[in-house]
Amino acid sequence: MHVTFSEADLAFQEEVRAFFRDEYPDEIREAVSSGEELPPEMQIRWQKILFEKGWAGINWPVEYGGTGWTPVQKYIYAREEGNANTPVIVPFGLNMVGPVIYTFGSEAQKQRFLPDILASNTWWCQGYSEPGAGSDLASLKTKADLAGDHWVVNGTKSWTTLGQYADWIFCLVRTNSDVARRQEGISFLLIDMKTPGVSVKPIILLDGTHEVNEIHFDNVEVPVENLVGEEGKGWTYGKVLLQHERTNSANTFRSEYRLKKLREQAATSVRGAPPLADDKNFMRRLAAVEVELKGLEYTELRTLAAVSSGKAPGPESSFLKIKGTEIQQAIDTLYMDAAGYYALPYRADPSVGEGTETLTALRYFNFRKATIYAGSNEIQKNIIAKHVLGL
Amino acid sequence: MDFSLNEIQAMLADSVDKFIQNEYDFDTRQAYAESDTGFSAEVWSTFAELGWTAVPFAEDDGGLDGGPADIMVLMQQLARGLVVEPYLANVILAGGILRRAANAEQKERWLQPMIAGELHATLAFNEPQARYQLASVATTATRDGGDWILNGCKGIVLNADTSDLLIIPARTSGNTDDESGITLFGVAADSDGLTCNAYATYDGQRAAEVILDGVCVEDRAVLGEVDNGFADLDATIDEATLAVCAEAVGIMQVLKDKTVEYSKDRSQFGVPIGSFQELQHRMVDMLMACEQAQSTLMWAVMAGASGSEESKRAVSSIKYLVSTAGRSLGEDAIQIHGGMGVTWELDVAHYFKRLTAIGTMFGDADWHLDKLASASH
Repeated sequence: MHVTFSEADLAFQEEVRAFFRDEYPDEIREAVSSGEELPPEMQIRWQKILFEKGWAGINWPVEYGGTGWTPVQKYIYAREEGNANTPVIVPFGLNMVGPVIYTFGSEAQKQRFLPDILASNTWWCQGYSEPGAGSDLASLKTKADLAGDHWVVNGTKSWTTLGQYADWIFCLVRTNSDVARRQEGISFLLIDMKTPGVSVKPIILLDGTHEVNEIHFDNVEVPVENLVGEEGKGWTYGKVLLQHERTNSANTFRSEYRLKKLREQAATSVRGAPPLADDKNFMRRLAAVEVELKGLEYTELRTLAAVSSGKAPGPESSFLKIKGTEIQQAIDTLYMDAAGYYALPYRADPSVGEGTETLTALRYFNFRKATIYAGSNEIQKNIIAKHVLGL
Repeated sequence: MDFSLNEIQAMLADSVDKFIQNEYDFDTRQAYAESDTGFSAEVWSTFAELGWTAVPFAEDDGGLDGGPADIMVLMQQLARGLVVEPYLANVILAGGILRRAANAEQKERWLQPMIAGELHATLAFNEPQARYQLASVATTATRDGGDWILNGCKGIVLNADTSDLLIIPARTSGNTDDESGITLFGVAADSDGLTCNAYATYDGQRAAEVILDGVCVEDRAVLGEVDNGFADLDATIDEATLAVCAEAVGIMQVLKDKTVEYSKDRSQFGVPIGSFQELQHRMVDMLMACEQAQSTLMWAVMAGASGSEESKRAVSSIKYLVSTAGRSLGEDAIQIHGGMGVTWELDVAHYFKRLTAIGTMFGDADWHLDKLASASH
């Protein structure tokens, strides 16, 4: 029983560290640490830097331009990303639709879509949820009817994150209503956002940001070759994708970085107030979150060790999602509480100073979403109850 | 990176598991706990024969050269049987001091017979006024020619009434709470002036208030250096904390499994109670608490084995988790078992009581959270 890394892994760690130190542009670094939403052009620029290095497709197979890294390497990489506070990759292309296309797509689809996803030439968004289909995703109503060489899509997708920038959307649509189980008859469709009949309507979140959208499809014609895999198998493909999404949502090292910064901040005096480190109650709450996070880190390591020895990841992704998001929100709360009154100004104001304090509340509000998205934490508990506890 | 057990650990886990399954069912355990000594001398001999009492000691002392991971495996398995034999008092506590501080003559006199199961020993790490503060030692030892005279009171001394040897930290200089000025003494239980007021504890174990009234010991009773006993005491208690945490994590896993099983068997309103979402989510919480605790325990064990700087923090972290998440897991186990959960008859209640006792042992949740809160890292 040990967690020491091999010589090769340590060399890899050095390489990643050096890369983030030397190639992470100051401009983007500062924008990320400001806590403001990263402009899309900076996001794309960073992803292209990773692509140039060959590090865009972390989980992708080598034959499609992926890294082919071992689980331990992926772990090391994630840790260094956290330490360097690099931008969070927009997941829809690289982590979601990409894996579905290279796993289930046709040769033509792979050639057409994968290179642009890997190089961040196209911006993708996700069309899963609908106004009437949230946790109960299988009740989705957006339908596609076959008309010659194309599908005609009608319906509404909701909570489409960053869809306002998207070139393409991947959707779960109903292609057959005459089925025994609702999970059948759903297909996985790729739709060009420029197609006539597609419209994007912003949904403003409680922190005032335009992050998500409602996407309407009004007789949108989609070529038949844009259906991925088999017709009616979309639910299965979507589930695979959601497991990726959930594992990624543990964010252990991002959380570790934020806790470390908070401890530093607590040790200093802000606006002449006594340092928070003198506040026993606050420091106890901080310490309790640190304990939980350390546990999660080792749970992740144990999962990784199991995967390395050939076991398939399963419902652990639900566990990581629940704990990871709970911890994320606990940290958001600590940051906001640390700011005290000065979390109140809605936007940073020169008269107030200390700009990042005002963002703590906005982040707290915004990230209530974390326990809701990617299948709410309650749905994750249902999954664990069924598949792990056998209830 | 490797989280699997090595060959020796796997064998150890397997042999303890077999022993519990074949020779230590719940009724047997209850009978041992309710006996005069609070455990079975016969079972203790078996432990010694199987080499379990030798695990953490050096080969030269007749031990197996085991480390924290081996102790973790052993304690997690012993937990499944709610074993009442004094492994903690003898091997972990007294053994922890003897291993570190005893000279060759003392090892021969005390450690080797203890490993052989022939001598029982314990460590009086607590005093009535100390709460959880290890350095709070008011018991005094003063020079009397070539001897030492001990006066004071030790509290909650585990298995004192069956011990032949009591290891007594006593103040030889400084103030009551000072870390320096503490000396460790090996004191025979039948010494004149030593009174042992023994009682049962709620978790089926035994402890005692020990009064030292002018107890005279020879100079060769001193373990380690005069005035410098705290470091060994502290290291031993850290180890013991990890050991009881491993036991607690083992108990948590048993309680979780028993609760899930019960919820599948027990029907109300015509369906198994495990089909109710409220209970399902609680049991998922129990599962997650077990996983978090197991992970944190492994971190602490690995940090302890490597002697890294973070090992203190790791010990406090796992103790905090066991005392908080462990407690609510135990409470949920009782709640889901309903009326049966609050009966003496069902084993679940006894696992819960032991888990609760461990929650307090070597510092409760608040105590360890305070350490973590003020630690800089």
